Amino acid sequence: MDLILVNLIDGLVTGLLLFMLSAGLTLIFSMMGVLNFAHASFYMLGAYFAYQISIALGFWMGLLIAPIIVGVLGAGVERYGLRRVHQYGHVPELIFTFGLALLIEELVQFIWGKNQMPYDVPDILNFTAFAISGNSIPAYKIFMIFTSIAIFVGLLYVLTKTRVGMIIQAALSYPRTVEALGHNVPLIFMGVFGVGTALAGVAGVIAGPVLGTFPGMAFVLGSIVFVTIVIGGLGSLWGALAASLLIGWITTFAKSYNIEMENVLNAIGISTPENLSDSVFRDFWSLTSPQIADILPYILMVLILIFRPAGLFGKRSS
Amino acid sequence: MKNITKLGAVSALSLIIGASAAFAENIKIAFIDPLSGPFASTGTNGLHQFEFAADHMINENGGLLDGQQVEIVAFDNKISPKESLIQLQVAIDQGIRYIAQGNSSGVANALTEAIDKHNRRNPDSRVLFLNYAAVDPALTNDKCNFWHFRFDANADIKMDALTDVIVADEGIKKVYLIGQDYSFGKAVAAAANKFLGEKRADIEIVGDELHPIGKVKDFTPYARKIVSSGADAVITGNWGADMLGLGKSVIENGFEGPIYTYYAAGSGITGAFGESGKDRIRLISQGGINPIASDEARAAYEGYEAKYPEGNIDQSRIFNVIGMLGEAITAAGTADDVVAVASALEGMEYDSMWGGKIFMRPQDHQAIQDMHVGVHTNDGLDFDYDNSGYGVRTESTVVMASMDSPTTCKMKRP
Repeated sequence: MDLILVNLIDGLVTGLLLFMLSAGLTLIFSMMGVLNFAHASFYMLGAYFAYQISIALGFWMGLLIAPIIVGVLGAGVERYGLRRVHQYGHVPELIFTFGLALLIEELVQFIWGKNQMPYDVPDILNFTAFAISGNSIPAYKIFMIFTSIAIFVGLLYVLTKTRVGMIIQAALSYPRTVEALGHNVPLIFMGVFGVGTALAGVAGVIAGPVLGTFPGMAFVLGSIVFVTIVIGGLGSLWGALAASLLIGWITTFAKSYNIEMENVLNAIGISTPENLSDSVFRDFWSLTSPQIADILPYILMVLILIFRPAGLFGKRSS
Repeated sequence: MKNITKLGAVSALSLIIGASAAFAENIKIAFIDPLSGPFASTGTNGLHQFEFAADHMINENGGLLDGQQVEIVAFDNKISPKESLIQLQVAIDQGIRYIAQGNSSGVANALTEAIDKHNRRNPDSRVLFLNYAAVDPALTNDKCNFWHFRFDANADIKMDALTDVIVADEGIKKVYLIGQDYSFGKAVAAAANKFLGEKRADIEIVGDELHPIGKVKDFTPYARKIVSSGADAVITGNWGADMLGLGKSVIENGFEGPIYTYYAAGSGITGAFGESGKDRIRLISQGGINPIASDEARAAYEGYEAKYPEGNIDQSRIFNVIGMLGEAITAAGTADDVVAVASALEGMEYDSMWGGKIFMRPQDHQAIQDMHVGVHTNDGLDFDYDNSGYGVRTESTVVMASMDSPTTCKMKRP
């Protein structure tokens, strides 16, 4: 019972982190209709910049400055890269972002090398907030939870309650009409792209000390972010939140409990074959949930695509 | 300007001529390991150590035989067994007689088989396999052959020495095993089960788990399981990012006991653990550098740091490979007849500058040497890792570990 509570908290942390990444990606997608393959690379840049800044000015300045730099970089990529490629259609845009992801990874290796960076939790947060029957919950995790929630609430407020948000929403659905009304739509796009990448940067800044700051960090998270926004529904902020939390909890619980495939199959009425060690399905029968935890989100995505192609919260556009 | 260009061209030309004149005499060692891709840092680090060892120990002291220089020729195998076999063929075609490899036992298994086959079919161009880091026990047991020499201790020897330390700690009653899901991780788990069972049957193994290699984003759920299992100690063979992720997560989430590892040092790992791993992380290795064993080793380490300020000598056995090969070539009086060199290597006793003796056991070509269990600390270090102030200090030593361990090797000699 205690462990369930601990796992709920751990899953929440993972989920909210994923949300910060997928929120930016899903906004950018609904705006430009293009999946930004380089999104996770901006997450990595956030971590590396924050590490570099934290050496000179401390963690908090890193948290403040690194996302701004990443956001400006992102806006620059939109203004001088994507906007030019846009006229040639979606495929060149995809290829452009894909190339950008590779370029950023190589650049990071070139500048910082291939080793792990000693980017650590700040001392002020480096203590145990509380413990549930021996399982300590680090204060840093609590900090991650509150930061993410604050960002979600702020984003939701801006998008739904302010004039800027209304114009953005309108520009997402009817760019030509909004333009005809005298708003600078390309500027809005650039701004959304910048904010989206800055969000990824924030995620990188606060995840770097926990998940490690190394050149492979973008690659490790890259694919799961796409899965999240497909499950949540492309372009839906609430969908991104729901899918992130779902994935966070599913993977955490699957890894924490050794549920064996044999028990699952027996429970639904399939009996274990007599000579299991000779059976062709031996590997399948001996699977345990930690082994398949990381592919569960992908299975979920396939199921969602089959039964609800628009995603959990997505609106079918065509 | 023109003159400078001319001067440059002339000196470049003379360098080329000088180099090609030297080439004819060089003893070449093909270094086949990953130099690109995810494991590039490990491979590149190893290459630097090989090049430095060859220059420092042999070339700067007048070379071997009648002044021949040792040259390391690098081949990138992208850690793929298939690619390695292609590179092996290229190396043999270039007339190289010595093959060095270490990263991944999967690659080593493919190479040793291919080399055995090649040497049987082509007695005129035989090659030797100098394995400096692949630790799958099978390489010196069922799959052993005359051409393969292992300079690192295998996974069983390491676990034997490591469990000696673990069982001596009366406070440890429950142990959790966790590793990467491939042949090496399984070998570590099997060895831990075997030795703990033999040495202290009262130690309960409360977890025996494998996780996907290089794919785990967040080790927190594993850490929770370890904590809730009530384990007193954790044993893992993890390396690279998996080692760091697991270690940090376990420490952060409230695990209090020691973590026994194979590879939790160097390549940024020591720097990233820093204070959090102090006196908690222990690792088993040969050739400790704290305390440094000899003035010779100190000079070598300082020379290496001067050449590669970011680098560490974290595989000091590479120096033993070069040293032992040099002695064997000198004893055989030739570098071309690898059977003579291999015969000189067999049974050789070598005094390592990193301390202790190294005995190349003739029956299976497994190097028998002192094993050290060290602790991650910032106290009393001669040399740190990653310029972090932290390093590994030797706590206990098993002299000539597993000297009499059994082997299933039935060596066929040419």
